[in-house]
Amino acid sequence: MAAIALPLSRRTRASASVIPGFGLTLGFTLFGLGLIVLLPLAALLLKAAGTTWEQWGAILGDSRVRSALWLSFGGALAAASINTVFGLLVAWVLVRYPFPGRKLVDAFVDLPFALPTAVAGIALTALYAPNGWLGRVLEPLGIKVAFTPLGVVVAMVFIGLPFVVRTVEPVLQDVDLELEEAAASLGAGRLQTFARVILPAIAPSLLTGFSLALARAVGEYGSVIFIAGNLPGVSEIAPLLIVTRLEQYDYVGATAIAAIMLTISFILLLAVNLLQKWRRARMGG
Amino acid sequence: MIEVEAVSKHFGDFAALDRVSLRVSQGKLVALLGPSGSGKTTLLRILAGLEQPDSGRIRLGGVDATGLGTRDRRVGFVFQHYALFRHMSVAENVAFGLKVRKGADRPPKTEIARRVEELLSLVQLGGLAGRYPSQLSGGQRQRVALARALAVEPRLLLLDEPFGALDAQVRKDLRRWLRNLHDEMGLTGVFVTHDQEEAMEVADEVVVMNKGRIEQIGTPADIYDSPASPFVYRFLGNVNTVPCSVSGGTARVGGLHVGASSMDGGGTAFVRPHDVEILELSPDLPQATIRQVMVLGPLVRVELALPDGTVLESEVTREHKENLALRRGQEVSVFLRKAKVFVGEV
Amino acid sequence: MTKSATRDPLIVRWGLTLLALAFLALFLVLPLAAVLVEAFARGWDGYVRALGGDDGFAAIRLTLLVAAIAVPFNIVFGLCASWAIAKFDFRGKSLLVSLIELPFSVSPVISGLVYVLLFGLQGWLGPWLAEHDLRVIFAVPGIVLATVFVTFPFVARELIPLMEEQGREEEEAALTLGASGLATFWLVTLPNVRWGLLYGVLLCNARAMGEFGAVSVVSGHIRGLTNTMPLHVEILYNEYDFVGAFAVASLLAILALVTLAAKTALEWWHRDELVATGH
Repeated sequence: MAAIALPLSRRTRASASVIPGFGLTLGFTLFGLGLIVLLPLAALLLKAAGTTWEQWGAILGDSRVRSALWLSFGGALAAASINTVFGLLVAWVLVRYPFPGRKLVDAFVDLPFALPTAVAGIALTALYAPNGWLGRVLEPLGIKVAFTPLGVVVAMVFIGLPFVVRTVEPVLQDVDLELEEAAASLGAGRLQTFARVILPAIAPSLLTGFSLALARAVGEYGSVIFIAGNLPGVSEIAPLLIVTRLEQYDYVGATAIAAIMLTISFILLLAVNLLQKWRRARMGG
Repeated sequence: MIEVEAVSKHFGDFAALDRVSLRVSQGKLVALLGPSGSGKTTLLRILAGLEQPDSGRIRLGGVDATGLGTRDRRVGFVFQHYALFRHMSVAENVAFGLKVRKGADRPPKTEIARRVEELLSLVQLGGLAGRYPSQLSGGQRQRVALARALAVEPRLLLLDEPFGALDAQVRKDLRRWLRNLHDEMGLTGVFVTHDQEEAMEVADEVVVMNKGRIEQIGTPADIYDSPASPFVYRFLGNVNTVPCSVSGGTARVGGLHVGASSMDGGGTAFVRPHDVEILELSPDLPQATIRQVMVLGPLVRVELALPDGTVLESEVTREHKENLALRRGQEVSVFLRKAKVFVGEV
Repeated sequence: MTKSATRDPLIVRWGLTLLALAFLALFLVLPLAAVLVEAFARGWDGYVRALGGDDGFAAIRLTLLVAAIAVPFNIVFGLCASWAIAKFDFRGKSLLVSLIELPFSVSPVISGLVYVLLFGLQGWLGPWLAEHDLRVIFAVPGIVLATVFVTFPFVARELIPLMEEQGREEEEAALTLGASGLATFWLVTLPNVRWGLLYGVLLCNARAMGEFGAVSVVSGHIRGLTNTMPLHVEILYNEYDFVGAFAVASLLAILALVTLAAKTALEWWHRDELVATGH
């Protein structure tokens, strides 16, 4: 009996693919994802959904909250823009101008990914504090970096630096030299060639790098709080405000600020995605 | 012996196989021939147990193997891109099937080493045991893949487009070599190809597939000489297709009369170029004008226009061309040695 | 001298190169140098003394413990996710991939906050946990959870594209040769992705040991108990023990440099077995 039953049970188990382990691995994946990521995020959304209109009004009416959000998003936009310009420069130099030690420099670009944010935070503070290596030079010029919004932007530039370089680099490598030669043969100068031939080719990757740097800078905490000085209404970022509210056991306030941040972030990312999509559609692929 | 009984397989809405039945006798080498999407690879993968049919049965050596897992089928499968284990040496690749056996089934180390050596010399790769797949040429990888499949002493050897990724010359050598190897070892084999020449040259039997169905099964000569359907005609070799009308058992193709056994109506005549004979102008036979003469090595291809505008392609020998001094614009007579008419829309 | 149409004048090349290097020096080299210089402000003895405290050791121990839990979890998760996603076809696959990468676009502070909302005293499960005398928030489990959250995508996002690129044929070949599913995984799949896995593990480990924001929210900053190294840096710094803060920070900086070196070595020697994901 068993001998007959065995092949039958095999057949009913046979799935679309002969490679085994689908149920087990997908099951664990969904379990892990649900438990670690989705369930906690759902808790946040549920909490935010339970917030009354008066509570929302109180939070949005708080000028400290508004200026913190303004600083987080405005600073992140500024930092991501700086990173786009200098990231392109760094990628260009690394791809186009071979110089001794280039590989080492290339590897070093990823430092902000590897360096813990708290370490970056105190290091930047030490540099830009009025008695620091850079602060000492900048202070007499009337430029204050540490404990001002400018310091927030400096920290955000640091942690967003690799994104643009890493997204633009491979695309720049793939830009066909023949295109540039064609442009040159048609009489375009180097600047014209760059602006009209190269830049359009790498624009999507620049935008991707920009949005990644932006997303990272908006939520950044560790590297910013040391250099920011955290003056309420001046140099206090939104994530810090969440922490402050939590420390005061104001869960509703913390959740509301977090929900606002997530919403604005996702709208920004969505806008970038739509822009990319629209571009692709216009360029026909 | 392999028996495939009414096997169907769907991928979503797409019917990859539609009630396909097939029988392969012991020791034969069979080609599954067809265009891409004809279901030939799916059938091969079902034979290997890499896919499960939606319905139908597979019997291997008389025993139902439909639900049997790949591991237990004892088939050797040579993948189109070889699927060699990239981090294993040639010898380790070949030994893999023996090493993963459990308990008493697993041969001792020395025996495995001996088998590997034997197989590598069989596929003429004796000196390359320590190399890695990335250090081999396409033809060498192909032979490693074959040796690896043979190591488990399969009762059935399956090859997916075995020569597809190789250069023309290597392909030619390997074909002949595979044919000889098969003759020596007496294995039952099935291979998939979209190259008719390959199928004709290597296989004992050719299975022509189209859109998930089998169009025809036969020896290479059968298939070429008497194709069962317009598809097979078109797929195997050059063919002229000429619209014609059939009445009273005869079809009129241009000005020519051809015997047709099917019913009356409009149809299409299929004529191989070498069955279009070119003769000196004669009042008894239909006329044609030569539009083009192309010398292709020993053969000459001649493009002919019949008075009604129908264009026919003919292949004649070089000698024939010289004798008749064929040239563009010349008026000649045409005789169709053989044609097959299919009635209806084809 | 032949002048190529696509070669820029020497002065442009040098100018741009120097500008780029100056930018990198300002934002990368100087901060790193600052950490080391400040750490050794009072010489080697001062450095060793600063590291020597019990709280410092406790922080190091906790950081290692958290990484020792988070990294293996991510290895198992990454292997499962990439196996399911790369070797099989099913609906909703791209949604699943996006969800796995979701933690990357969530602020670390929010990553900590969600666990407080779930397990904190006022959280959904808080009362039940308190009843059973279980502590998650302000305790090690919370730190581990928050760390797993922020490192969640690292291994998976390295392995998924790699396994997708390698296809299924080698696994199918192994199966036709009689290997079991587990043998196929151990002997064929795992060796094929080992460098990609190591790459993901390196990045995952660096983040796990260095995470600050998320851990800071759930830790409660109890010295000697729930302080990881980055949190310890903050405490020392806020107490104006700069040498101590920078000494601990220098350990983390060395970890970063080792990670960077190992990552670069992998990229140089095994580029073909990695997927260029940027980070």
